[in-house]
Amino acid sequence: MSEHLVVLAVILPLLAAPVCVVFRSSKIARPFAIGVAWSCLLIAGKLLGQVMLEGDISYMLGGWAAPFGIEYRLDPLGAYVLLIVTTLASVVLSFAGGTSGMDLEEDRLYLYYAAFLLCIAGLSGIAVTGDIFNIFVFLEISSLSSYALISLGTGRRALRAAFSYLVMGTIGGTFFLIGVGLLYQVTGTLNLSDMSAILKPILASGEGLRGVFVAFAFLVVGIGVKLALFPLHQWLPNAYTYAPAKVSAFLAATATKVSFYLLLRVVFGVFGAAFVFGTLRLHFLLVPLSLAAMFTGSLAAIYQTDIKRLLAYSSIAQIGYMTLGLSTNTELGLTGSVVHLFNHGLMKGGMFLVVACVVARIGSTRIEDWAGIGRRMPWTMAAFVVGGLSLIGVPGTVGFVSKWYLVLGTLDAGWHFAAVLILMSSLLAVVYVWRIVEIAWFRSPPEGAGPAGSECAPLGQIVPTWVLIAATVFFGLNTELTVGVASRCAALLGVGG
Amino acid sequence: MNALAAHGVYWLCIVLMMTGLYIVISRDHLVKKIMGLNIFQVSVIMFYVALGKVHGGTAPILIGTGGDHGEVIYSNPLPHVLMLTAIVVGVATTALGLALVVRIQEAYGTVEEDEIVRMDREDAL
Repeated sequence: MSEHLVVLAVILPLLAAPVCVVFRSSKIARPFAIGVAWSCLLIAGKLLGQVMLEGDISYMLGGWAAPFGIEYRLDPLGAYVLLIVTTLASVVLSFAGGTSGMDLEEDRLYLYYAAFLLCIAGLSGIAVTGDIFNIFVFLEISSLSSYALISLGTGRRALRAAFSYLVMGTIGGTFFLIGVGLLYQVTGTLNLSDMSAILKPILASGEGLRGVFVAFAFLVVGIGVKLALFPLHQWLPNAYTYAPAKVSAFLAATATKVSFYLLLRVVFGVFGAAFVFGTLRLHFLLVPLSLAAMFTGSLAAIYQTDIKRLLAYSSIAQIGYMTLGLSTNTELGLTGSVVHLFNHGLMKGGMFLVVACVVARIGSTRIEDWAGIGRRMPWTMAAFVVGGLSLIGVPGTVGFVSKWYLVLGTLDAGWHFAAVLILMSSLLAVVYVWRIVEIAWFRSPPEGAGPAGSECAPLGQIVPTWVLIAATVFFGLNTELTVGVASRCAALLGVGG
Repeated sequence: MNALAAHGVYWLCIVLMMTGLYIVISRDHLVKKIMGLNIFQVSVIMFYVALGKVHGGTAPILIGTGGDHGEVIYSNPLPHVLMLTAIVVGVATTALGLALVVRIQEAYGTVEEDEIVRMDREDAL
């Protein structure tokens, strides 16, 4: 049984999704989906422990040996990403609230759970598979289900947001597919580790590289669209703004993270740091783009009037931090990026869940309508403040840990300007977080609101929110687990060269 | 000219690819966008099918009797098989895209993007 855990992490949600549809009852589908998500989390936790202690797990689907059969290969980084996906999935699914913020009848809610489970299956699949075509298929499974989830948002703009995301996402996915085809033409294999072994002498010889160059360009641009790498981020603000807040919480915390994992895999796992940073000098492109993402994202966030759009723009900035850590090509910088995957997932997931609580209560995401909400829903908004502090990077929260390693990484690479710019863009985060805090806590609530603290969110919403927010503090103080895993992942990726 | 002839099929793929992308970018009609996306995906399918072709190769099936099959040159079936999956992905994307267009038509009463943008802007005011 335990040797099949790797494949179970994908099969379980994949099979559970159609079962949800068969139930045709939201009352059964909800506990069922929650149960599946939590079992996936257990599996992911066990797998991570196993990988850290005993090394990589390799699973041959159907018993066909690699590289001819499809191999599921789990290394610490994959197990870590799997853990991020399943943690967020189980917490967000446990979040109560029915159809609030969703344009869906109560009796058809089971379809939402089916799409959600498919999305989990796709994202988990990307993390565990060692076959690049398999990655494409899982990428499309997760994307297709997320288009459907986004279109569930209230108001007709959600439909348009989902449609534009579908067009952009499909172009990105197809670019990825073209890159895979070109790589297959050069190497004759689809297995990631086999591919990297075959590519090594080709890259070292330095001849006949045109196909490899073009493949790399297509792969990186394709992933860049899914990752919402500046300037390919146009789909993200609308998608996160008009999607139901719960869906935004899940997607903001996991979808872009898994794409970033894919970028790490392609850059370090397939092509190798020596080629990407030595021959191609990707950092000359990636550093300006990351810095631009950090600043345009944070600046745009300051001027938003909608809280979800504000958080979406802040996500674009955070993706900039991750790609900046990647482009330092140092172990410390990569540790920062990898640890930020988890940390940003926790805080952004938690903050979007706060939005979901408030939407369920007052039905508005306009910042102006949030006046005095801190007094009406003190526990909920306290969670927002802690999440916001983490977004800024205040010591004692996870945001500080990631930024600490990112700054160390940039200093290690000798980019003092980048270290200064990281700190400056954190100051911008202070501005936009403070704006919300000021309106929510220091303005008086509108006429007709109940007495202070009388409108607290129900326990089923507060608890999942606080689980994520408390985790941002816990992992901010106790960094052994996250940083330990992240630095191990960074070491295994193989920087330098 | 020689290069053009040798890689003719790839040029064809590129032409199709650019046609598809151009339709996606330039057309306002949402159904046309989806069709452009479809053409774009089909070009990649053609590209993969062309990848597997070996000159003078036959279909990848057993030829001859008994244990001795001799040396047979056959085309690589793997890219073709991969494309079966890619076709499914393409169909799913098109279906979902068209379903969204239907919903957009119901909500806005139009599927022209410029009109939808204008209506959204008026909503915001």
